[in-house]
Amino acid sequence: MSEQMNIHIYGGRIIDPANNVDSVEDLYISQGKIIARGKMPDGFTADESIDAENQIVCPGLVDLSVRMREPGLEYKATLKSECAAAAAGGITTCCCPPDTIPIIDSPAMANMLTHRAAEIGSTQILPIGALTTGLQGETLSDMHALHEAGCVAFCNAESPITNTMVMRRAMEYASSFDLLVILQANDPWLSDGGCMHEGEISTRLGLAGIPEAAETAIIARDLALIEQTGVRAHFARVSSARSVDLIVQARERGLSISADVAIHHLHLTDYDVGKFNTFCRVMPPLRSERDKDRLREAIVSGHIQAICSDHQPHEKDAKLAAFSDAEPGISGLETLLPLGLKLVDEGVLDLDTLIASLSSGPASLLNIEAGTLGTGCRADICVFDPDVEWLLDNTKLLSKGHNTPFKNWPLKGRVTSTLHAGKIVFSQA
Amino acid sequence: MSRDLQYTDNGKLRHFLTIEDLRKETLEQILSTADKFTQFGQREIKKLPLLRGHTVVNLFFENSSRTRTTFEIAAKRLSADVINLNPDTSSTSKGETLLDTVDILEAMHTDLFIIRHAKSGVAELIAQHVPDHVHIINAGDGQHAHPTQAMLDMFTIRQYKGSFHELRVTIVGDILHSRVARSQIHALNSLGVHEIRVVAPNSLLPAQIERLGVHTYTDLLQGLDGVDVIIMLRLQKERMHNAYIPSEQEYFNLYGLTTDSLAAAADDAIIMHPGPINRGLEISSEVADGPRSVILPQVTNGIAVRMAVMAMTLGGASDV
Repeated sequence: MSEQMNIHIYGGRIIDPANNVDSVEDLYISQGKIIARGKMPDGFTADESIDAENQIVCPGLVDLSVRMREPGLEYKATLKSECAAAAAGGITTCCCPPDTIPIIDSPAMANMLTHRAAEIGSTQILPIGALTTGLQGETLSDMHALHEAGCVAFCNAESPITNTMVMRRAMEYASSFDLLVILQANDPWLSDGGCMHEGEISTRLGLAGIPEAAETAIIARDLALIEQTGVRAHFARVSSARSVDLIVQARERGLSISADVAIHHLHLTDYDVGKFNTFCRVMPPLRSERDKDRLREAIVSGHIQAICSDHQPHEKDAKLAAFSDAEPGISGLETLLPLGLKLVDEGVLDLDTLIASLSSGPASLLNIEAGTLGTGCRADICVFDPDVEWLLDNTKLLSKGHNTPFKNWPLKGRVTSTLHAGKIVFSQA
Repeated sequence: MSRDLQYTDNGKLRHFLTIEDLRKETLEQILSTADKFTQFGQREIKKLPLLRGHTVVNLFFENSSRTRTTFEIAAKRLSADVINLNPDTSSTSKGETLLDTVDILEAMHTDLFIIRHAKSGVAELIAQHVPDHVHIINAGDGQHAHPTQAMLDMFTIRQYKGSFHELRVTIVGDILHSRVARSQIHALNSLGVHEIRVVAPNSLLPAQIERLGVHTYTDLLQGLDGVDVIIMLRLQKERMHNAYIPSEQEYFNLYGLTTDSLAAAADDAIIMHPGPINRGLEISSEVADGPRSVILPQVTNGIAVRMAVMAMTLGGASDV
């Protein structure tokens, strides 16, 4: 059994923000766990050795939002294809939003997903349960039962809860069991019909815009409810500078809230939509340069604790349409780390902050055991070469979705090996 | 990207999708070519053999009898074979995609597509999709662009005002939803007018419209003060349902062009409207039918300008 293999990773620079480690040392893996760092344990014989010289060894990445498309939209992607893509991206924990078909609002669905992922075995899938039944925004889901079935958090995906009382009750109920509520702020009236950031570019292109108030108005509302209910809450896919300001102010008032940003919001703006480039159609939309800069700052200052791929694979036709008809989303699993490393290369972040925001940051806000290389922990490990330069060829992605605006981008840094539960699930040929 | 899309490698006009990114010389060439065609239009026999043997398809996913008719007349005067299709009521309803429809017509050796669609960006989408020898003219896409309308307006302005440099031009009305206004703004700026103003309540002005090179006004009389050209836009009657404006009455009182409000403009100001007119909503009949109105000449000029754009994209303009 490969899970039982003894693996020796040698010569690499270990960066493990959860344990404040940054040093060139060896790692020893046995029985699916990390059993030692540094000195070889007595009696250890390696079945497999990984040469990590001049490479970085970090915790397997934790991605807060991955659309697997299965069940329900298998023509876009499958669990099998996307788990392979995750492994190739060094991602060993994928949180799956509840807007699958059927929706994750029953323990059976949550169980099915985790079991299927375990069968495939290359990455862990953690379901996020629906906050309301059928994501309808009317009645609460069986949150406690869903939690017991493995749901690590609860959200209403991209279906806004417009009834403020339902939102309040959902938060109150979740807080009773210390469950995490994930909020993707969007006022459906303000964003109605909109398909990109409202600003000069939407005006030039004659596309209906989504004002930043579609996000900030709802963040402000939800902050008032969080303050009142005391729920543990997380703002997902924050896209604007003013949203960051609201979150920073609330954190400074002492509210225990966290936030994440999608990696593409740290690299692209509405200008990249150019002439109707549907690969840049995402929700929330790509905003201005000022917004991008503020989001970058918030990662550095720690007010945003996680960067995710917001992986949304699509078939070719989904993007071959009028801009407003194109389906939003980017296939992002395999570019998450390289695009993060680009931020390091540009001097925006240091490597330690980047790795924390891709591993220990999201793990700790979810309160899960992941994103750490601590002795005794499950051996979820990402080994990457930070110096290799390559051009992104979207047709070579393992994900079934080849939809990416980063096609032909020069990238630096690439995953060479990924271990999940002590098993080598990816290695660069 | 769009610059490449609209021109061939040796700098000829390949597609005509949006005024933005077109060179000033191209706009001037359209106007001078249209001049020549205007003279032909006054002859007894109006046909020219320029596009003989070429197939032009009017592919109108959104209905428009006026624009389609002028394109049809323009193509026929150039001796092209013209097919009119309104796929909304034929193939697209059977699950055939937009690009499937284009592929099928292209397979029948269409040389030029005139495209109108309710979604912004469709002309660009099709232009990126078709092979090099097929040409696209945008006859209006969503709220993005209506470049032939803008060029016929430029032609009309030049006809009445001579040159562009000293002119102050005001566009009044639903700028937010207007592809015509966007194309006019780009054309007027490219041709070098002195000033462009847009007048509307803030609910009908798109975000950061100033960045396109215009001054914004919410007061009609201030916006009309001393201007040489007034362009009134059509207001869709359903706009009050989405809370853009309170009522037709209030809109007309504040933004309707009447003999009284017209007095704020220069004495020889001309009045334009892309049509169709909502009498009593954006413009009074008295003004629309008055001596300063050039609304009907606009329509006439539409034929020569569309002939010019067709001839230039299909490559025969130098033979005129």
